[in-house]
Amino acid sequence: MTEDTKFHHGDATGDKAPIVQMKDIEKHFGNIIALAGVSFDVRPGECHCLLGDNGAGKSTFIKTMSGVHKPTKGEIFFEGKPLHFDTPRDAMEAGIATVFQDLAMIPLMSVTRNFFMGREPTKGRGLLKRFDVDQANDVCMEEMRKMGINLRGPDQAVGTLSGGERQTVAIARAVYFGAKILILDEPTSALGVRQTSNVLATIDRVRNQGIGVVFISHNVRHALAVGDRFTVLNRGKTLGTATRGEITPEELQDLMAGGQEMAQLEGSLGGTV
Amino acid sequence: MSQSAQGAADERVKKEPFLTKLMKRPELGAMAGVILVFIFFAITADSSMFTLAGIMNFMTPAAQLGILAIGAALLMIGGEFDLSIGSMVAFSGLFFGVCVVTWQLPLILSIPMTFVFAAAVGAINGNIVIRSGLPSFIVTLAFLFILRGLSLVGLKLATGGSTQLRGVRDQVENDWLAPVFSGEAFGSLFAWLAETGVIATFKNGAPKVPGIPVEILWFVVITLVATYVLLRTPAGNWIFASGGDKVAASNSGVPVNRVKVSLFMLTACCAALVAIITVMDAGSTDARRGFQKEFEAIIAAVIGGCLLTGGYGSAIGAFFGSIIFGMVVIGLTYTDFDQDWFQVFLGAMLLIAVLFNNAIRKRVTGER
Repeated sequence: MTEDTKFHHGDATGDKAPIVQMKDIEKHFGNIIALAGVSFDVRPGECHCLLGDNGAGKSTFIKTMSGVHKPTKGEIFFEGKPLHFDTPRDAMEAGIATVFQDLAMIPLMSVTRNFFMGREPTKGRGLLKRFDVDQANDVCMEEMRKMGINLRGPDQAVGTLSGGERQTVAIARAVYFGAKILILDEPTSALGVRQTSNVLATIDRVRNQGIGVVFISHNVRHALAVGDRFTVLNRGKTLGTATRGEITPEELQDLMAGGQEMAQLEGSLGGTV
Repeated sequence: MSQSAQGAADERVKKEPFLTKLMKRPELGAMAGVILVFIFFAITADSSMFTLAGIMNFMTPAAQLGILAIGAALLMIGGEFDLSIGSMVAFSGLFFGVCVVTWQLPLILSIPMTFVFAAAVGAINGNIVIRSGLPSFIVTLAFLFILRGLSLVGLKLATGGSTQLRGVRDQVENDWLAPVFSGEAFGSLFAWLAETGVIATFKNGAPKVPGIPVEILWFVVITLVATYVLLRTPAGNWIFASGGDKVAASNSGVPVNRVKVSLFMLTACCAALVAIITVMDAGSTDARRGFQKEFEAIIAAVIGGCLLTGGYGSAIGAFFGSIIFGMVVIGLTYTDFDQDWFQVFLGAMLLIAVLFNNAIRKRVTGER
């Protein structure tokens, strides 16, 4: 890696116990083997990148991690104890928050209403139990400012935010609600250069709070900019985990593409891929 | 909004003028509509339209429609439609009539039974929509015919061949609960106002307006409760979220299916309330009750700012939408225009409202 980034990287070299450890996960859909033995773990305060080309099984794997799919085989340990998630809700309550590509945001609703969607703070009791709008607005403005976004007002509709800002709202929401593990599914794939760097900066901020980040991407540059460890998935299998500094972008790229073909292609395109 | 949250305001954000802020409210269109319609009738209609008696005159049909429109508006914000509410008025009217006349039950039993019955039908509607994943438009269109047909068949069974069930008034006349659902409220206040000469009286000294028709009070109360629920409770947030994007909402932990089924039940209960009020008022129930009300209710909700795609709208908007409706229906009788202009007027209002709402939505979401 040529440029050293401005981010402080966590010293995630085995001194901390992993929050989530997934061992030999297999997932079959009928006669299709989507995952054929994937092992992966995340430690607090690190950014673990999961790389792979389309169809490598990244989405299936994180859906297993976030409780959407149940693994066919394999074990999941959460803070050292074996665990089974029956619903995404279980995983969420345990502290595994997923920011999906579609972000789970509603453009017509205000930032505050989106931020607290499904988990509204209330005040009063019984029939008078109501949505504490003032507190919600304050918290939302505050959390967004911490992430470096100045809203026009808490009633600003999410539809008026840029893609990067929406991504940040989704991340801020997950962090505020006590995520220990934050899974980001291709957070930078649809963003411009500027917005991408904002999101990467957000990831760095979140990591410094001691949250384990799982960053899914097929863009090696973005991954190398913030990642501490890199795991490459190919055709449903892990091709190994590398620590930051041990691996070059070219090597990662080759691993993702499964080796030779990519090298050939790169040659014919003059090394631009 | 607190001061602390405003602390580090962005210098690139211009202060929003009051008018722009107002423009973003979903009910603005309906409010503007009320003012326009008012000006129109103030010029063209007989001056008696805006006396107290005239106002009660157009507010009564507005309220009867409005109770339905509030339910329809909440359901639309929640992302679904109910085309069966008009038929539901007839069907729950039949059930209520049978309770009162055929089974001779007191109102304290008949009314809750009617609501439970309506809610059950609403739940069936909702569950079919949710479980099948079909558009609610089609499912409730089916129920529009099923319920209308069942009302006809049921009435014939209950009366031995007639499509009208009479005798409700005789049964409920002396029931202590009747004043809550029929007639006029605040009678003594109005009598006192008449005595002191504040309001107009007939020659014999009785006030021209004996009180406020109860449906108007129900209408106002339901509007206030619905607005409170939408804007100030978690359930309100869930309704907006379910209508805005049901996948996003359920990923965030909103019980989308429960919200939607509850809204179908609520809409059916609104229809039942209108049925109870109108049946007690007329003293009988018939199969044509509530005919085409589903369309009028949806029109009122849309004029009130609800988007057909869900996730946006307001109960106050539907309130004003219904008042526009009442003013136009009744107002034309005070003018020299042919009354049948009413339908033209209604269609034009709907079209203008939809165009307006579309523009507003683009502004709110920053679409360009």
